[in-house]
This record gives sequence, structure tokens and C-alpha cells, in this order.
Amino acid sequence: MKFGVVVFPGSNCEEDCFYVIKEILAQPAERIWHKQTALDNFDCIVLPGGFSYGDYLRTGAIARFSPIMKPLVDFAHKGGIVIGICNGFQILLESGLLPGAMLRNKELHFICKYVHIKTENINTLFTNLCSSSQVLKIPIAHNEGNYYIDEQGLKSLEKNRQIVFRYCSPKGEINKEFNPNGAIANIAGIVNKEGNILGMMPHPERSSEIELGSEDGRLIFKSILKWTESK
Amino acid sequence: MIKPEIYRSLGLSDQEYQKILKILGREPTSTELAMFSVEWSEHCGYPRSRNWLKLLPKKGKYQSLIGEDSGGIIVDDLAIIFKMESHNHPSQIEPKQGAATGVGGIIRDIFTAGARPIASLNSLRFGPLSEPYNRYLLGGVVDGIQFYGNCIGIPTVGGEIYFDESYSGNCLVNAMCIGVANKDKLARAVALGAGNSILYVGSSTGRDGIGGCSVLASHEFKKGEEKRPTVQIGDPFMEKCLVEATLEALATGYIVGIKDMGAAGLTCSVSEMASAGNCGVEIELQLVPRADANMEPWEVMMSESQERMLICARKGKEKEIQEIFLKWDLHAVVIGKVTDNGMVCVKDKGKIVAEVSAHSLTEAPVYDMPYEKPDYLDELNKLDVTKLYEPKDYNEVLLKLLNCPTICNKAWVYEQYDHMVQTNTIILPGMSAAVIRLKGTNKAIAATTDCNSRFCYLNPYRGAQMAVAEAARNLVCSGAEPAAVTDCLNFGNPEKPDRFWYFKNCVEGIADTCKFFNIPVISGNVSFYNESPKGAIYPTPTIGMIGIIEDTGKICRQHFKKESDVIILLGSLKQGLGGSEYLKEIHGLTRGDVPDLDLQLEQSVQAAVLQAIRKGLVNSAHDCSEGGLAVTIAEACITEENQMLGAVIKLDVLENFCLRMDEILFAEAPSRIVVSVNKDNLSALCEIAKKHSVGCQILGEVKGDRLIARYKEKTIIDLSLVKLSDSWRKAIPQRLAK
Amino acid sequence: MIEAEIYITLKKTVADPQGLTVKHALESLGYKEAEQVRMGKLITIRLNLKNKEEAEGKIDEMCRKLLANPIIEDYSFNIRCLPTDLQ
Repeated sequence: MKFGVVVFPGSNCEEDCFYVIKEILAQPAERIWHKQTALDNFDCIVLPGGFSYGDYLRTGAIARFSPIMKPLVDFAHKGGIVIGICNGFQILLESGLLPGAMLRNKELHFICKYVHIKTENINTLFTNLCSSSQVLKIPIAHNEGNYYIDEQGLKSLEKNRQIVFRYCSPKGEINKEFNPNGAIANIAGIVNKEGNILGMMPHPERSSEIELGSEDGRLIFKSILKWTESK
Repeated sequence: MIKPEIYRSLGLSDQEYQKILKILGREPTSTELAMFSVEWSEHCGYPRSRNWLKLLPKKGKYQSLIGEDSGGIIVDDLAIIFKMESHNHPSQIEPKQGAATGVGGIIRDIFTAGARPIASLNSLRFGPLSEPYNRYLLGGVVDGIQFYGNCIGIPTVGGEIYFDESYSGNCLVNAMCIGVANKDKLARAVALGAGNSILYVGSSTGRDGIGGCSVLASHEFKKGEEKRPTVQIGDPFMEKCLVEATLEALATGYIVGIKDMGAAGLTCSVSEMASAGNCGVEIELQLVPRADANMEPWEVMMSESQERMLICARKGKEKEIQEIFLKWDLHAVVIGKVTDNGMVCVKDKGKIVAEVSAHSLTEAPVYDMPYEKPDYLDELNKLDVTKLYEPKDYNEVLLKLLNCPTICNKAWVYEQYDHMVQTNTIILPGMSAAVIRLKGTNKAIAATTDCNSRFCYLNPYRGAQMAVAEAARNLVCSGAEPAAVTDCLNFGNPEKPDRFWYFKNCVEGIADTCKFFNIPVISGNVSFYNESPKGAIYPTPTIGMIGIIEDTGKICRQHFKKESDVIILLGSLKQGLGGSEYLKEIHGLTRGDVPDLDLQLEQSVQAAVLQAIRKGLVNSAHDCSEGGLAVTIAEACITEENQMLGAVIKLDVLENFCLRMDEILFAEAPSRIVVSVNKDNLSALCEIAKKHSVGCQILGEVKGDRLIARYKEKTIIDLSLVKLSDSWRKAIPQRLAK
Repeated sequence: MIEAEIYITLKKTVADPQGLTVKHALESLGYKEAEQVRMGKLITIRLNLKNKEEAEGKIDEMCRKLLANPIIEDYSFNIRCLPTDLQ
């Protein structure tokens, strides 16, 4: 299957995503410059992490107006697979492809460290290889990962089983102590109602090789592969 | 007629002014005077240190690369480029922007050499956290480093932080960056070929930082606050775009030379590029993109606006380069051309405002500074250990040492840095050295920064030797062979003979030790005038060292891995409480002489450990430094938060060394490494130690959830891992919560 | 020339840890009367327009489209004509 990795000015995880897709998954991949106005023949688009436009107004706020976003929205509405990681998640929120918004981390610091997340829904195309409630060890690296949505929105997320990952203890307990950034309901990743767009703060591309401390992130990429191949 | 007050206020002496008159054969214009003042300042011209820096060796096992603005080594087909630089004074005044622009500046030195930056480290020094301003500085500096480094996408993988009274009023921020390039694709900071074009790329030129670095770096602090307007503001997003555009532009092959506009801005880049290429450069200031319309010519030449570079491009290929920069929404403007007359010619609206030979600007006068050993030192070196009271409760002493800010865990700091981006960081921060893999090869780089400045204060020659030895030892503990050094030499006012004596002795110590280990010093930086009204900082020759790991499968970490592994001390025990953290924290003393360093023994211990790691015999390796043997073992127990392991230590084996218990536990003698091995590998390890003539003492085993140390029947230390870990991990957050 | 000052603040229903931190800092300096602190952004924009109403419309549009995120932020603005010597 063919992956496309979008490069905005200020993206800085695009090469890491590209490397995992090409070298670890052995799948074809292309970098897509944000000024491109068309998306052809891709099965999955990755919006990588980083600081698009320096995060200068709000994270992801300026990137959502890049020319590439119009064909991306079309692609997503037609059922194309989109995964936004960290800054990519923030862009998906700003563009309205996913509900909610990002606030600054509760401690007001950037946080980079390994955390644990619990898989809350294994019936998505991004998690079909995970076991039920599987705890994944995946690093975070962000300043604005404090996910916010109003009460009604949260109910709707829960009802539609859109919450895919929540921050948890190594054993899978979900509580305040293991919420690194203050995100509402410990939310670390969500999908849209249709289930073809995933946004997550933790970085699966940084945890796809055991040499780097964990290969749990690879499960997410492999799930996408499995789903596409079984179609 | 230029009045003495004017050139003196720019930092030029009467003799220097006479020299300028002689060079020009006339009075300088204001632009020329400003240009000489910055180029001949300590920051750019190294007039006071240059003679001594010649002592540093340039050759080692790997082929060295000595560039204009950075250096490196060649490993197979790769050039590893790295350098460390200070941004002390700007950080003391405005910690966030000072540190941020320090990080930005050193990164530019790396990618303008054609290398992609792959890792940053930093060595930071502050006064005690009991003072609010020092807490503000720590917070601000860390914020600046994360603000710049995280955005630009270069992992901040390691470094060190020390706290000492001598840095109250003058903190140190030394930033190091490492980059990698194909060895045939390196760029130089040079202008060549008459008729070729000079392009200005990056941010617009504003009034920020005029005379900032160079003037700031050449004067002691008196009333720092007044200098706030000269601090520059960093824009990491702009620089991220510059990195990508520059590397893309260099790949075209149309760039002859490229240089960062750092300290002294346009003046420095124009004159040094021309001088390096033995040619001239002519520029028109009206073509320089400006943030502020009404700038004087000399202001444009002096501005230290950040994120700007100068490119010498092949004639006729300007458009290709401009298009690449335009893609990233960056300026790339032709502002002049290369000439063959050796002159830097600056025009404003066509009128010449400066015309000076490039060499005369870059060849700053060299001074032989007088030096003299301070008279207090002999007295300070005296230490009678028998007169020290022996602590009754060693549990308390160990907990206190683990809690002292210099020794404690620094997660509060490094978790604010993105240390994983680029997915090469194999050993994360918190260990003695960071390890970064080189994708596409089986190799990795280990990197560390080290300097025990209290040692350098008590004995500058041996203190500097210890810094080099410890850096090498840290790298070896990760499985790397030490390969090359960058140094950042932070000292007080060089015009004071006692300060200069420290500088001279430290440089000699580094030079002799590097020669002994066959490690070249491939780049570096000197920062003088680090003084506050209370006096000079401790002499701080920070050593940044990188090593090469041949096989990423043979990497070692500092923490214990398995129950019932045997704990071994390689090297010997020696007297060495002088200048120790124990002496300072527990007895309130900064005195004694620095422990002996036997370079031959040091080399043997390192060789033995490296061989054992490469053979896969060792499960953990951690060197003894601040806090001594006890802290080393405690850290090996608690470093990995989710996998802490206890230890039972028998100190009986050490009785032959005739030392007091506090000396055994807390002395900071060098050439010692604590390793843990599987029982089955014990004899093979002893064999290696014997072959290298290195002492090999079995201390105990990895066991349980407590650290227990016994001497004969007596329990000396008995602490739970949770207690040790809390003391070590919470030290900085506790102090900042005040 | 018209100048707009745009204030962007977090909605009242959204927690503001920055504001809370500043409030604590003020309290520790002895300003016990600081009852509530909310942080926000100030953006100034100069517009090449003469008509105030037209400017208001444009600024409102800019806020909705880009400058504020309606999920978490509120905005308000002031508009004034600049005297010629300031332009």
C-alpha cells in the first residue's frame, strides 16, 4: 500500500515516519510538499509531528490553510485513511476533521518521555492487531497535548467508541497520576465517527524498533496494512 | 578626528587604534572603526588566547577535519561535524532568549558546514537554587533550550548541570551540536573566484543585538540589566526552514562557500569569508533586507539579528539557489560580489563607507598575557583528612549527596527537551553518555560533556586532565571508543594574571591529556570575562567529547540489569577526598588537592572495560565521579525507574587500601568503573582486567530492593530503593517548588 | 489607516493553568486581592481601509477563520482610525 507523508514548513517528524514506512514496514512512501494541490493514488496519508509554522498562532492553526489541506479533506471524506501524529493531530483538530481542541499541558512544560496508553477500541483499522485493552509503551513529545472537548462532545465520543487510546499506568489503570498533560478523560487518541481518521499525541514512529526502547508503535502501522490488504 | 573616548568605548586600546591608523594610512570611517572593534574583540579574534590554543593537538586515530567555524572527524564515508560554544552573558541577562539563540547559533555552525544536525547537548552552570534569581535562570535557560531545540527538530540528548556559588551572577550556557554529512559533501566558510556572487539569506536585519555578543563577551558584568536591549531574539521556525533550504541548496553544487552571521553579523561573515579565500568582497548595504528602515551603515554591518547567513554562489547560478530559498519562503538576495583585490569594500547607495583589507580585519593582534599563580592556592590545597569528623550515619550522608543538585537526577530538565526526534537516540538522557545511532550503518556515536570546575579551581592543570579523562571514561562506559574533542573554555578576566594562569594551565592540561589519549581537539570556543562583582567563576574548561560505537548491538548502560549479577570495581581505590562533593556538602569545605590521575592506569581501565563490553561480558558499567563509589552504586540501582534493583555490597575487600570509610565511599579518585556481570562471565572479565594490569575487586551482588553495604559485621548503609530514588529524583522539583 | 486590537482569551469554561500560575505568583508576592487571573493574547493589525464598519467585518471574519479557535477561545476587538502622523 502507498503512504504519503505531508511536509509543512516546520514539520520535523516527517523523516521519522518516512523511515518507518520504507525501512521497517517496507512499503512505498512519498513526501508530499504542503503547497501541492492534488493527492493521487495514496492509500494512507500521514500528517507528521513537528511545529508547522512554528506553532506561532496556535498549534496547527496556520497549517490547516495550506494548499494540500483541500485535497486532503476530500480524500478523507471519500474514506481515505489519515493518521495525524502530535502536530498532525493538532492540525486535524484545527481543520475540523476531528472534534475538540488542544490546550497547553497542565504543568505548562513541554514533556518528552515514554508513557503507556491503553487501547480502548480494537475494532478500528488502526488497532485491529492489538489485543483487547492492550497497554502500549509509546513516547510523547509535546507542549500542547491537553485534549479538550465539551461535555456533550465527550459523551458523543464515548457513545460512538471514538476514543482509541487513553493514558494509563504500565498496568493499564486509568487515573490522574498517569495523565501526563491533563487531557480530558485521559484521552491520547481518537478517530472520527467513520473510523478512517486517527489523531494521536504519542509517537508510534518513535517506538517501532526495539533498539529505540519499544516496538509497540509498529502495531498501529501494521494494523493499517492488515486492514488495507484484507479489503 | 576620532576622539579616544569613542574607540575606547568600542573596546579598542590606544595601541590598537594606532595600528588601525597605520593599516589604513588614514583615519577610519565610523563603519571601519566599528568593524575593527568587533573583529579584534576577544569573541571574534582571540587576541589573548590564540597563542595558547596552538598547543591543542589536531590529530588522532580518525582523520580530523578542521573547518573555519567547526571541525570533525571522518568515520568511513561520513564526516561527523561538531562544536561547542558559549552563550553565557546573554543568558545571564535574558535566560530564555540567551539560551535559545546560543542553541540556534551553534546549529548554524554545523549545517553551514554541510552537515545535517543530529543531536545537541549542553553544559549548564548556575549558582545555588536557594537564590530566587538562580531558580529563574535555570527555568529560563531550560525554557530557551526547549523552545529552540524542540521546534527545530534536533534532539537534545545530553549534557550536564552543575551548581556552585561561583556562578551566581554569571551563569554558563555552553551549547554543543553534532551533525553528519557525506565526507565529500562538506561546505566551507569561504569566498572564492572573482565575479562570483554574494547572497544574503534568512531573516531581515534589524537593530537587535548591535554589538551584542562581541561587546558583551568582552566586558565583565557590572550592571547587567542595562544591557538588556542588546540581547537577540531567536526564531527556531525560521531556522528550521533555513536548515532545509541550505542543505537543499548545497546539494546543487552551486555554492562555493557559506557562513553564519553570528557574533558581529555581516562584518564577521564578509571579512572572514574573504580572508579565508584570499580574495576581496564588495557589497552594497542598500540591498540588505531590513527590518528597520533608518539604519546607519555601521549598524547594518554590526547587527546581530539571528537566523541569517551569507553565501558565495557561482556566477550565473544565483537563480537556482534563490528558487530553493523561495520555496521555503526565505529571502535570498544578491548583495555583492567577490573581487580579486583582497579588500572588504562596503558601499551605501554606491558610496564607499568602508574599504579595508580582509586580512587586516581577521588577523587580530596577538597578546602575551602575563600570568601568575594565585597566592591563596597553596594554602587551599592543604587538607588533613584525619582532622575531619567521621559521619556516624552514612545513610544520611548518601541521601544528602544524592539529593544535591549537582549529583541528582535531571529528568525535570531533560524531559522538557525533545530527545527522541529523528529516532536515533538509543541511550536516552540520564546516563553518563548519550548514544545516537547512524542510520544506514551498524555504528553509533556516543557523546558527553564534562568538567568538574571545582577541581579546576583547586588545580587547573590536573582538573582539566580529569575533565578529559572523565569524558573519555563516560563514553567507554557506553561501549564507545573516544574519538575527538570540542572544548568551550570559560574563564574570568584574562587581563588579571591569576585568571590567566588558570587559563594557561587548563589549556596545557587538556593538550597533554588529549595527546596522551591520541584524541584531537577539532573545534572550540573561548569565553573570557566571566566575572560578577563577587569575582571570577571557577575556571570551567568544558570538554565535549564524542566516541564511536562499532556495533549498535554492543551498547552498555549504567544501571543493574539482573538479580544475582556480580558487582565489580575495576581500577583501584585511592585517597581522594580533595575537592569532593562530599567535602563540600557534608563538611562545607572547598579545599585539598585534586586526586592523582595516572594517565596510563586510566587508559588501561578504559581499554579493559571497552573490551569487556565489546565481548558482551558486561551487563552494566558506570564510572565513579561526583559522590564517589557510593553514589555510583546507588545510581546503578535506581537509574531505571521502572526496573530498580538493589545491591548487597561487602566493603571488607577494600580493607587493604588503608582508607577511612568516608574515603572509600565518597572519594572522587579517577580511573574507576563499577560493572555488573553474569556469574558465568566473571572469570573472563577478571582475565581481561589482568591482561590490562587493572585491579578487579568483587564488591557484591545485585539483589533485592535495598542497597546494603557492610564492613565486616557492621552495616554501613541500608536504604530502600524507594528512599534512594526519591532523594535523587525529587531534588530539583523540590527546590523549584519553593 | 485603521488599527484593530484583538483580544483572545480562553473561554470561561476552559481551565487556564497559566492564569492560575500567575495568580499564585501574585499571591506569593502579597497581592491577596488578586481574585482571578486569566491569560490571553493581544494581536494588533493595521488595515489599509478607511471605513470602520468594513474593518469590523473583516476583523470579525479573521477571528472566526484563523485568529481564534471557537472551541476553546473567545475574542473581542477594538477598532480605531489612526491619525495620519502615526501611519
